[in-house]
Amino acid sequence: MLRQIEGSRAVAEAVGLCRPEVVCAYPISPQTHIIEAVGVLVKSGRLHPCKFVNVESEFAAMSVSIGASAMGARAYTATASQGLLFMTEAVYNAAGLGLPIVMTVANRAIGAPINIWNDHSDAMSVRDAGWVQLFAETNQDAVDLHIQAFRLAEELSLPVMVCMDGFVLTHAFERVELPDQEAVDAFLPPFEPRQVLDPDNPVSIGAMVGPEAFTEVRYLAHARQLQALARIPELAEEFEAGFGRAAGGLVTTYRTEGAETVVVALGSVLGTLKDAADSMWDAGVPVGVVGVTTFRPFPAAAVARAVSAARRVVVVEKAFSIGAHGILAGDVTLALSGLDIRVDAVVAGLGGRPISEASCRGLLEEAAAGSLPALSFLDLDTHLVARELERMVAQRRSGPVAENLLRDIGSVSGSGLAVARPGSQKGAR
Amino acid sequence: MDKPFAVTLDVGSSLANRTGSWRVERPVYIDRMPPCNDACPAGENVQSWLYHAEEGAYEAAWRALVAENPLPAVCGRICYHPCETACNRAHVDEAVGIHGVERFLGDLARSSGWSVEVESPPSGKRVLVVGSGPSGLSAAYHLALLGHSVTIVEASPELGGMMRYGIPKYRLPRDVLDAEIAAIRALGVGVETGRRIDDVAAAQRDGGYDAVFLALGAQLARRAYIPAADSAHILDALSFLASAGGAEPARVGRRVIVYGGGDTAMDSARTARRLGATEAVVVYRRTRDQMPAHASEVEEALAEGIQMTWLSTLARVEDGAVVIEKMVLDEHGFPQPTGEYETLGADTVVLALGQEADLSAVEHLAGVATREGMLEVAPDMTTGSPGVFAGGDMVPAERTATVAIGHGKKAARSIDAWLRGEEVVRPPRHELASFDKLNTWYYDDAPRTVQHELEVVRRQTGFEEVVAGLDRERALFEARRCLSCGNCFECDNCFGVCPDNAVVKLGSGERYAFDYDYCKGCGICVSECPCGAIVMVPETI
Amino acid sequence: MTHDPVRFYQVGSFAAGNRLLDQGQRTEQSRRGRSNSLTSGHRACQGCGEALGARYALDAAMRATDGRLVAANATGCLEVFSTPYPETSWQIPWLHSLFGNAPAVATGMAAALEVKGRTDVRVVAQAGDGGTVDIGFGCLSGMFERNDDVLFICYDNEAYMNTGVQRSGATPPAARTATTEAVGPEPGNEFGQGKDLPRIAIAHGIPYVATATVAELHDLERKVERAMSIRGARYLHVLVPCPLGWASASSDTIRLARLACESGLFPLFEAENGEVVDVTKIRRQVPVEDYLKLQGRYRHLFGDPGRPDLVRQIQKVADRNIERFGLVATGAEQEVR
Repeated sequence: MLRQIEGSRAVAEAVGLCRPEVVCAYPISPQTHIIEAVGVLVKSGRLHPCKFVNVESEFAAMSVSIGASAMGARAYTATASQGLLFMTEAVYNAAGLGLPIVMTVANRAIGAPINIWNDHSDAMSVRDAGWVQLFAETNQDAVDLHIQAFRLAEELSLPVMVCMDGFVLTHAFERVELPDQEAVDAFLPPFEPRQVLDPDNPVSIGAMVGPEAFTEVRYLAHARQLQALARIPELAEEFEAGFGRAAGGLVTTYRTEGAETVVVALGSVLGTLKDAADSMWDAGVPVGVVGVTTFRPFPAAAVARAVSAARRVVVVEKAFSIGAHGILAGDVTLALSGLDIRVDAVVAGLGGRPISEASCRGLLEEAAAGSLPALSFLDLDTHLVARELERMVAQRRSGPVAENLLRDIGSVSGSGLAVARPGSQKGAR
Repeated sequence: MDKPFAVTLDVGSSLANRTGSWRVERPVYIDRMPPCNDACPAGENVQSWLYHAEEGAYEAAWRALVAENPLPAVCGRICYHPCETACNRAHVDEAVGIHGVERFLGDLARSSGWSVEVESPPSGKRVLVVGSGPSGLSAAYHLALLGHSVTIVEASPELGGMMRYGIPKYRLPRDVLDAEIAAIRALGVGVETGRRIDDVAAAQRDGGYDAVFLALGAQLARRAYIPAADSAHILDALSFLASAGGAEPARVGRRVIVYGGGDTAMDSARTARRLGATEAVVVYRRTRDQMPAHASEVEEALAEGIQMTWLSTLARVEDGAVVIEKMVLDEHGFPQPTGEYETLGADTVVLALGQEADLSAVEHLAGVATREGMLEVAPDMTTGSPGVFAGGDMVPAERTATVAIGHGKKAARSIDAWLRGEEVVRPPRHELASFDKLNTWYYDDAPRTVQHELEVVRRQTGFEEVVAGLDRERALFEARRCLSCGNCFECDNCFGVCPDNAVVKLGSGERYAFDYDYCKGCGICVSECPCGAIVMVPETI
Repeated sequence: MTHDPVRFYQVGSFAAGNRLLDQGQRTEQSRRGRSNSLTSGHRACQGCGEALGARYALDAAMRATDGRLVAANATGCLEVFSTPYPETSWQIPWLHSLFGNAPAVATGMAAALEVKGRTDVRVVAQAGDGGTVDIGFGCLSGMFERNDDVLFICYDNEAYMNTGVQRSGATPPAARTATTEAVGPEPGNEFGQGKDLPRIAIAHGIPYVATATVAELHDLERKVERAMSIRGARYLHVLVPCPLGWASASSDTIRLARLACESGLFPLFEAENGEVVDVTKIRRQVPVEDYLKLQGRYRHLFGDPGRPDLVRQIQKVADRNIERFGLVATGAEQEVR
């Protein structure tokens, strides 16, 4: 059924169609509308049987999910940002125990400074936890990825995280095709746990493993992720056959054929980038776009295949490894090793800063011109940071940088300083 | 189930890990000697028969009891129960009333008609038992059970010795005595009463006996020189008590003085009251604490109105009165005369100054030795004359019925071995289960059942039995107070408290075993064993 | 003459078993076919109170649930010594997730069972004192507050033993740990700190809270049985002496638990729906010295000159418990007993 619906509500409906048996809820913006809507489904009886547990923290949310999953129940929760970090220990644990929990992450920046808006720092912080991480480009994507996520998780006994950009997707009203229950039931069979706590067949789950076997345990986890790499495209095909539309898979490509420059990105920014690419083609510059739907396991071969014809790759990403480099860019560079393709990282949209089509065009032009540095920050206020850096050198004063910056841009009273906000200044050289 | 490698494990797989290799000490089950058994002169296995009684298995209890002592109904009444003096339960609340249970079992056996059968094949040997007091009866009983042909020769008209002629009826009703003697005779023991043996060697030779057990007792009243008027009415305690048990008791008048401080003195004073004396005064030269009489006897006598005059000697007996001299204790605790005199009214004076053995019958027996009027015996009751054994009051030992019963048993085993040309092999004596070996936390606090004593008034006027027996329920209660010192009573504590499940429960009556594959040697089982039946021993490495 | 009612268990009344009692009145631990939920071969230290407590509690829970039991376990000694790959000592369905989340994991298990309509299977969660009063406290409070159908059992050995005896929020005053060493003017753990979790649990108003020790097996089993007869959040706090951390003889484990109760330092009680409903009276009262002197962690309090002032302070703690819970029977109460 096609509906004009908020992204969070659409995801909640999709989750409901997947018949989770235990849902844990702890509120954090911008995930709140999802769990609120699932709560309505459960309390109204539309989603039955299902236990909706209002827990006391994200740590508990993931822990309750672990217990429920180990007991053989289909478990779901959702979080974002600080919440994801607060549950990190349990996030790793769910993966280590091989429990097929599905979790939505409404991607949001991580403080301090506290910031409720979108970027990918949260998801990136747990990229090594052993979860499958899927990134939704649109709310339709988000709906479809959740349905595939449960199937994938339970087939491989791996937890799956569906990432969707906070506010940008979660709070956006769009037309979304919501599948009917029969179709979802046909695609997603009831949960048959790989291992389960059962008085009739008792096992001990969660042993302590020492140096003699720990490497093997981790290797097997890696091998499992590689199995997922093979299984995800098959599921996407099966989904398309059942639901009549493409969704999921490892990567998406847009006008990459003949493109000398290819932009690689995660999530909702792909739409803006596609618009920018179109306008570049219109201007005679062939630019393609590759979306990484499956970030973990990382589809290196699929990425390499998708960009193999290009001369240069620009990775636009909403997070980075501070003091090092772009995270996605690092993975892409590794995927392209041996190929003569330059890879540059552009960090964009941190803490919810809008990524305009104009800014994207600007960076693509620079990339095409070969003037893009290896790492740059889109729309960075270079004057401001330069002044702050000078002041830090002069005063050697400790204290919150953020407050100084806010004072400088006038958000904190008393500064009165007018700040230029050039739209196309890029790069902190 | 598709179990992930290493993270998920099959239950119980740690049994592959033999933690017993950690151990430096190992627990071992032992039996220690319970203090009651240790103290029992008759060698009763008290803890063992109480164990059966605790379950209400009274016949089994009685059989365990009479395996050692053929006179439980008698001993349950007259024994001064050193077992109870030794009982560890006294440190918790009060000693277990062992004698009450013993008496209950003896009485129950009689009313139930339980009997002991001779199971040993006839040995073809003949044994003469001279005397039918407790040691003679005990020896005859055990010898009969061992397959020997036994004949008891008794000078008195009836069997029983001091039990019949010395102990008042109110302490030992004669039907009780008769029943237990009858049970011994029922084993085929031959009896000749009214025959006094003056020459043991001749009696053995003439009778063709292979061995002899002498149990003549100590029946000569010890005398002291006391100036007395011709008309004074003076009796010795033995004669007095013997006549009191007979058809024509001695006449004692209203005022009776008993001179002496032993149990016989108490018996005499209490008997005098029952024979009509309104005043019975015990005169003793030392203090109450120094009286040889058992405390319970003294207490019961006082409760019946017997008066005691301590620190006094009998200076002379006059017509209708005695003159006593007051004494004081010197620095060594010995009484010394003061020269102060006092006169007490007395219609009768009973002298209870002790007894001596009549050893004339063994004068012609080669090899025997005597000391201080008693016949010397080795610890196995042999005399210096081969094939002649002796026990009871005629040999040096405490003169109680229970000691005598023990002598009889010990002698019977020695005689049996001697007749077979063997040595008596005694198993090593176990270490004493002293109170510090116990963990009494695990026992409930239960008061001793107080035996229902007859009302004092009735006691003073008749020879009815003074102390009532326990009923079935109360006997059970009392038996269950036993701490089972040093002997496993299968409380399951070791099985329960082992953090390594290294104790195997073998089932009812089979106790437990340690599984040394897993026992780490922590010693909790030793600490928490209520009865001290486990020890730690160093592991040999 | 008064007649005492015959009690058929004077012999070994407080022992694990008693051949004179019906099987049903004996402890589960005395039964040959007990579950042995935690079986042999585990790597707990000699004389480990926690190994004992866990088997006592879970075997009792197994009996109460007819074997339909699943357990969540926090990280800690109990977890480490029971499940080092490739061996597990558990014989029941058991899950270890993290140090601080056992209550929440148990909530998830209970939620799954509820959804699946499997009312026969019951959930137990267990942790040491660190996993309960400290790192697991948030999850525990949440589980209490939601009244999830979980029996949570804390095996309290009064410090972080698995990591080498560091202070926890359950470490008693003056006790030496690796982070409260017996040095300086106030040796050992400070007075006036720490959490009294049983009372905190009572404050949540949950259906059942009880304390127990490995020394009182009948009492412990009865409390587990009672707990398993109730639905909703239940809490059992079991004192389990630790020979390693307390520096005590391995054979003294049960003795110490007993003395903790008999001194008044560890009150035994039950509470239902926020109210204390039963208290186990002290049977043979002892001064706190009897308990403290057996433990090396209090060694600095004794000897010459020792710290009699601190011993007196500890006695005050015991006296306060005795008064608060009425641990010493009055004359009238003794009559009834």
